[in-house]
Amino acid sequence: MRPFSYRRARDAAEATHAAAGQPNGPATAAAVQFIAGGTTMLDLMKLDTARPQQLIDIADLRTRCDYIRIDEHGLHLGALTRMQRLAEDPMVNRVYPLLAQTMQLAASPQVRNMATLAGNVLQRSRCNYFRNGGWPKCNKRDPGSGCSAIDGVTRKHAVLGVGEHCISAYPGDFAQALVALDATVEILTPTGARTLRFESLHLGPERPELETVLLPGELITGFLVPAGPWTQRSTFVKVRDRESYEFALASAAVALHLQGARVLAARIGLGGVAYRPWRAHEAEASLIGEMLTEGSAQRAAQAAFAGAITHEDNAFKVELGRRTLVRALLQAQAMEIA
Amino acid sequence: MRMWFHKIAAMQSDDRVNRRRFLLSAGAAGVVAPVFSAMASSAPATAPPAVAGATELQVVLTVNGQTRSLSLDSRTTLLDGLRDHLRLTGSKKGCDHGQCGACTVLVGGRRVLACLTLAVAVREPVTTIEGLARPDGTLHPMQQAFIDEDAFQCGFCTPGQIMSAVACVHEGYAANEAQIREYMSGNLCRCAAYPHIVAAIQAAKSQMPPASSAA
Repeated sequence: MRPFSYRRARDAAEATHAAAGQPNGPATAAAVQFIAGGTTMLDLMKLDTARPQQLIDIADLRTRCDYIRIDEHGLHLGALTRMQRLAEDPMVNRVYPLLAQTMQLAASPQVRNMATLAGNVLQRSRCNYFRNGGWPKCNKRDPGSGCSAIDGVTRKHAVLGVGEHCISAYPGDFAQALVALDATVEILTPTGARTLRFESLHLGPERPELETVLLPGELITGFLVPAGPWTQRSTFVKVRDRESYEFALASAAVALHLQGARVLAARIGLGGVAYRPWRAHEAEASLIGEMLTEGSAQRAAQAAFAGAITHEDNAFKVELGRRTLVRALLQAQAMEIA
Repeated sequence: MRMWFHKIAAMQSDDRVNRRRFLLSAGAAGVVAPVFSAMASSAPATAPPAVAGATELQVVLTVNGQTRSLSLDSRTTLLDGLRDHLRLTGSKKGCDHGQCGACTVLVGGRRVLACLTLAVAVREPVTTIEGLARPDGTLHPMQQAFIDEDAFQCGFCTPGQIMSAVACVHEGYAANEAQIREYMSGNLCRCAAYPHIVAAIQAAKSQMPPASSAA
């Protein structure tokens, strides 16, 4: 691990101030970086894939940014809230079960006790060609160097939203729920606060080194998941190589507003299969006004993967992703809502 | 069968102590020192060599009820701080990337991965495997259950398994076998002693003291 200096920030303003004034480049390559749970940052620093020169420890922001509140606007989540707290929250489990399930099925109890919600959405790719600096080509790690994955082992790589420069899959689960439920992100910058639709946070693969729209020194302080008639009938289905403590090969985050069997609203996020947190707008549109049956669910899944681009080892993800979405839709339909 | 196992375990335990004593004394006697001779006068025998740009920080850690002040390189993980600086070598370095759980310790009563925690970032008391037994040497019920149920073969993952198991019971996720398996999934056992680990947790859960006295 390369040497770095370390300081603690007492509050969000001090944190953004300490990281202010850096040149506008990829936030992930900035010299001054924030650290909270550390489960991604230290992992990548040991691999020499992350090389901060200074770490701003923001764990003390927990005094202000560790909260779970539900009001008429929706669900308010603090950036420093630990994953395990969201997994266990009784109200979230009742009113936003999808969100709680993405936490219960993610990582391990130890990681969930460490990692924060904002850190979770900013977790980096699990592509081995990115993580391991021994591979010469990675546009995410070394812009312009090429992509070792495209001609490599692609079994865990993405089939939706990929480009010629990068085909890695966004690994997280929580983000699929946030994108499906159209959450907003609260961001503190050195010059003030702004909010952003979560769907606009992560960028596409045109410049893989730019993973989000966050600039160096910008800090996520919270999330708002808007209330809606679909939040209670919501569920997360995650398919993986082993039954626990594993990233998704394919996942589906689904929220439905039904009148009988008729679909009034459908919200769908897809994980393990896409370059970034992925909202399946085409699948949602195909369901509106339809009766939800296995047939209409399969047509929605067909629409979701119509634009898939596969490589040698990951073509199976199209069929697996479709089946995962069908299962999630039918499971959500079968839920008994109080 | 059980007697035989205990004899083997005792022999292995003796071997381990001897090997560790040898390594520690070899380091102190200067087998390693010439390589770092330039730093030898300024650095304590156990500290890694100084690196240009490295930051030394004063770190106060409370481990198993004892508060210690250490001067550590900012890069020192809690795991390295425990093992290399406090000589608490029970917590194991398996993968060093948060994938195996061998380094699991309790911080503020929560189970965390010591390999992905910076020592300087620790704000709450730490409990390691060395802090579970009573001062008179009586093992924690979970430690005793792991022995009684033969819940290990090589033993390398065992301290992490036991720390995680203690937390698993305190969290209330040890109701049945399926739940134990799910909530112990962060601890890998390459010998695949999983059925016996589950049995040990089932056996220990009703005998454990309340959370406050263990954390």
